[in-house]
Amino acid sequence: MREIQEFSLDDLKHLLSPRALTGETVVLNMGPQHPSTHGVLRVILELDGEIIVNAIPDIGFLHTGIEKNMEAKTYAKAEVMTDRMDYIFTIGNNLVYCLALEKLIGLPVPPRADSIRVILTELQRIQSHLIWIGTSALDLGAMSVFLYSMREREMILDIFELVSGQRMMTTYVRPGGLWRDVPAQFNELVQQVIDIMPRRIDEYESLLTKNTLFLERTKGIGAIDVPTCLQWNISGPTLRAAGLAQDLRKTNPYCGFEQYDFEVPTQTKGDVYSRYLVRVAEMRESVKILQQALDKMPFGPTLTYNPKFIPPPRSEIGVSMESLIHHFKLWTEGYLPPAGAVYSSIESPRGELGVFLESDGGPNPYRVHYRTPSIPLISALGILSKGHFVADMVAIISSVDLVLGDADR
Amino acid sequence: MNETLQAAVTGITNRFKVQTAEFRGDVTLLVSNDKVVEICTVLRDEFGFDSLPLETAVDYYPKTSPRFHVVYGLYSLKTHQYLYLRAPVEGEHPHISTVESVFKSANWREREIFDLFGIIFDGHSDLRRLEMPPGWEGHPLRKDYPLGYEEVEFTFNFDEIELRKPKGEL
Repeated sequence: MREIQEFSLDDLKHLLSPRALTGETVVLNMGPQHPSTHGVLRVILELDGEIIVNAIPDIGFLHTGIEKNMEAKTYAKAEVMTDRMDYIFTIGNNLVYCLALEKLIGLPVPPRADSIRVILTELQRIQSHLIWIGTSALDLGAMSVFLYSMREREMILDIFELVSGQRMMTTYVRPGGLWRDVPAQFNELVQQVIDIMPRRIDEYESLLTKNTLFLERTKGIGAIDVPTCLQWNISGPTLRAAGLAQDLRKTNPYCGFEQYDFEVPTQTKGDVYSRYLVRVAEMRESVKILQQALDKMPFGPTLTYNPKFIPPPRSEIGVSMESLIHHFKLWTEGYLPPAGAVYSSIESPRGELGVFLESDGGPNPYRVHYRTPSIPLISALGILSKGHFVADMVAIISSVDLVLGDADR
Repeated sequence: MNETLQAAVTGITNRFKVQTAEFRGDVTLLVSNDKVVEICTVLRDEFGFDSLPLETAVDYYPKTSPRFHVVYGLYSLKTHQYLYLRAPVEGEHPHISTVESVFKSANWREREIFDLFGIIFDGHSDLRRLEMPPGWEGHPLRKDYPLGYEEVEFTFNFDEIELRKPKGEL
């Protein structure tokens, strides 16, 4: 059998305090199969009694080489792999890849497609926050919130299944628009979510916001301030809970987010409880955006007509020789974007999700890099947990909402 | 290019030897390898680029000199703009100094680049592999690293497949 490669205490000597080597403090391994690590995260804890002196996160257990694999596929085929990174913000992963590709090629997007993209990413943001609120309450011992939040998540996943045939790995957003238009029931189902969500969010709040046990476990735990966040490049709800209203939907709008009226919720303390409040407020804002996007949704095509990059409609292939040739070329060779490098970014439920895409003029992406929000969050776990109890580590890990598929890729 | 970004670009071009390129609205400065830390410090302190959301590398194999580009993306929280830097790195003994002293977030980003590209960051406080296991050989995102197609190993055929695997350097 292959030898399992392990760290020794010597490899981590520079990260631990000198007391660890004399045996005054205890070095304890947590994970990678711990139920509260939300995936396969391993944290090496240095403990003084029950107090955390140092926490050294170790990732890479879900590394699947997606960036390397994408280099061997054509642009269209590579998109399918992007769903598999952040598996609870899949449409966002597609979207950011498509935005980068559209920027590289210079493809316009029809307004209807933009509006559906907004609806779907906001639904997914709510869905992601629902998983977060359920699992983090579960980690703190509040079982029932999980059951309620999964009930609403099911409604949202049904919408994804309706539009794309898939509940999670949709690959519905395509360069230049969407795979196809949404079915007739779509508006009705989204309206149902909009109508039901505010009441349901009130329900979760009644379970948690003033719950003494929840407050005891979360207030003043894992606090971080804005300068430290910026140093470690932490974005998203964790940064907003510390007090800076930075949201790429406001500051660098994409998909027409500038036309919607919504607030960027912030808190000042930066602890676990503030992050909870920010996420709950964000769900309410997302519902507001959903209503506006649904009301304003224009009619028209959902995919740009450009046979050099986008497969022509099926109906044309039977009657037009050019369309048949284009279709054949696109599915055998792929298309050839101009050489150059672009970066585009969107606001994921965890922070800034960006794609660096470099093309050498060939049919395959020369280099794709996903700038994921989870990596800074995990790298800051040591700072967040310093001086707290081991039991608080669970609250801190779940509060930053990390997705290991997103960090490891 | 708008005014604030223009000011930063002129500020840097006056002081350092850089090449400027613009593609699809993204402004990139091609800077020399040994000036990266200085330029990042100037951009952070004088022009308000206070965070480093992006740091990655690109391999231009079989070109050897320079083989790699390290790409930095800086973001200003005041003006909400991105500015990109590129530093060429030689293929033979890839070395570049770390920007960890300027932006702490570079710590893990540089560990990832070291892991996947094999670029050594001089002065880095904790240069260990990030994604791959500690004893892994080779750097997977290099263009001369094969994509794989390994057989799936199970407990019953582990030793058999292990024997068939090509040995030696990748």
